[in-house]
Amino acid sequence: MTPLKRYFINKALWYCLTLLIAVMLNFFLPRMIKGNPVEAMMAELNTGMMDSDSKKKLYETFNKEFGLDKPLITQFFIYTGNLLHGDLGTSFGMYPKKVERIIAGAIPWTIALQLPAILLGWLLGNALGAIVAYRKGILDKVFFPVSLFIHSIPFFALSIILLYLLAVELSWFPVGGGYAYELIPSLNFRFISSVIYHYWLPFLSIFIVLIGGQAIGMRSMAIYELKEDYVLYSKLMGVKDRKIISYVFKNGMLPQITGLSLSIGVMVAGALITEIVFNYPGIGSLLFKAIRQLDYPLISGCTLLITCSVIAANFCIDMLYGLLDPRIKAAQLEEAS
Amino acid sequence: MKIILILLKSPKFLTGIVILSIIFAITFLTPLVNDNSPTEMVTCSFQAPDSKHILGSDNFGRDVMIQLALGTQTSLYVGIIAGMVATLIGLFIGLYSGYLGGLIDNILTMLTNLFIVIPPFIILILISVSVDSRSSTLTALIIGFTSWPWTARAVRAQTSSLRNRDHINIAKLSGAGTFRIIIFEILPYIASYAVMAFILQTASGILAEAAISMLGLGPYNTISLGIMLNWAIVFEAPAAGAWWAFIPTAMIISAITFSLFYINSGMDEIFNPKIRS
Repeated sequence: MTPLKRYFINKALWYCLTLLIAVMLNFFLPRMIKGNPVEAMMAELNTGMMDSDSKKKLYETFNKEFGLDKPLITQFFIYTGNLLHGDLGTSFGMYPKKVERIIAGAIPWTIALQLPAILLGWLLGNALGAIVAYRKGILDKVFFPVSLFIHSIPFFALSIILLYLLAVELSWFPVGGGYAYELIPSLNFRFISSVIYHYWLPFLSIFIVLIGGQAIGMRSMAIYELKEDYVLYSKLMGVKDRKIISYVFKNGMLPQITGLSLSIGVMVAGALITEIVFNYPGIGSLLFKAIRQLDYPLISGCTLLITCSVIAANFCIDMLYGLLDPRIKAAQLEEAS
Repeated sequence: MKIILILLKSPKFLTGIVILSIIFAITFLTPLVNDNSPTEMVTCSFQAPDSKHILGSDNFGRDVMIQLALGTQTSLYVGIIAGMVATLIGLFIGLYSGYLGGLIDNILTMLTNLFIVIPPFIILILISVSVDSRSSTLTALIIGFTSWPWTARAVRAQTSSLRNRDHINIAKLSGAGTFRIIIFEILPYIASYAVMAFILQTASGILAEAAISMLGLGPYNTISLGIMLNWAIVFEAPAAGAWWAFIPTAMIISAITFSLFYINSGMDEIFNPKIRS
């Protein structure tokens, strides 16, 4: 077996294990402290205004889905069994809608917002960091504190400030939502242009914070790298600046990719809260609503989905790392010869 | 003492300390001159700032300035407790797994990697959802228990590079126990790192509190910066044009994290001469 293949298989197995544990945590953690959140939800319901007939119906639905009368372990197997069928249960707050249907409606919004913002912010931040570290001087003196300050602004703080300045005061952008509320989602020009118009602010607030953080990381990486002999040698050989920066960029990239896999969870969490500020119709706003309504199945569905996507993102980054890291490739060549 | 004098010569460290001191001064002096209760309605809702209420009032007509002062205290408290818990757990796991090596190292490293991949924010939500009456201390502990992994990972890497140093072998030969070796022979080498990790963990603890409170899962019966932002969103302060209800709050959170990052970066340059530019 080639080292690369072995690396991939190892990683795949490890991520399967992680996924299993994530599912277990998602089920057991909320139940660890005080019994069953679904039962608590039902108890809450008893104080609410609802006629007994529909209450009974509700209870039956949840009893069937969660097996409330059975022991915890059996409940866990019912839960994973349902999961494998793609069944996340019935929403409590938006009864009788299915959780997976509600979440499926929110996913495209979140992906369309977060994926480009995180990828572009990461790339641009890294490029800026490498350039500034190489040029040094006044640019760096101003750049470092500015990007550190931008990096210190939490996503939600920047979004609320941008929302106020650009949307409320200057009215350049809409105040919130994913599209103008009088429109019905469809594939026509009016709807799409409205979506793009509503897209800018949430996108910018994620993008700007990310650039700051990534640029700082890359800057210190590149400062290490610039002290290496090959940089001095290339300079003495008269290699063009741009070429040297590209070498430094490539070498600084590997640790930055590891950094991406460490911070992707934090980025996703931050971006989810940005959605709440802009009332953007993605997973973040959904989770916010679910928590306010104590809609347990929906909360659980959202957290599971977020965990799984972060794990999947990490898996992809690790695969990419395997392809890019010359040490793994070198080991492969040795074996082949 | 001497090390503090050296640190104060670093402009970054000094700037961070000055900003942080100003914030501390504002938060602890305001309650002395402003005797409004943060929960008492003193004026109309979303009243603009005037001479009586420097930062106006929120959606319920409560004084924002006193909320901001007390909220910052809560947020700092949560951040510091969370930072301490996270750093201690991280140090403990990192030191033991790096020093002992072998099977224990493998298990602890796997555990660490597991909790790096599963987002701490989600675990924070899952635990917070099930706890009914969260005090700010409990919130801080939950944040601390979910944010140790990256400290553990960094400490482990440094410890395992120290493991085979001569002075540690000598300590072993002279019969010192594992605990003694870790405390007296290894910890001094990573003490500066531990302090820097604590500072970063405090910053991220403050951010985590704000994030979880924004979601509506923050501590009960208290005011924190995150809870103030949550109110601003829920009661649509931005749309009402009431900038005083959220811009100062957002700025204070950013200023605290910025000063902590800056202090950390200044320390990093002193303790870690390679990145001095």
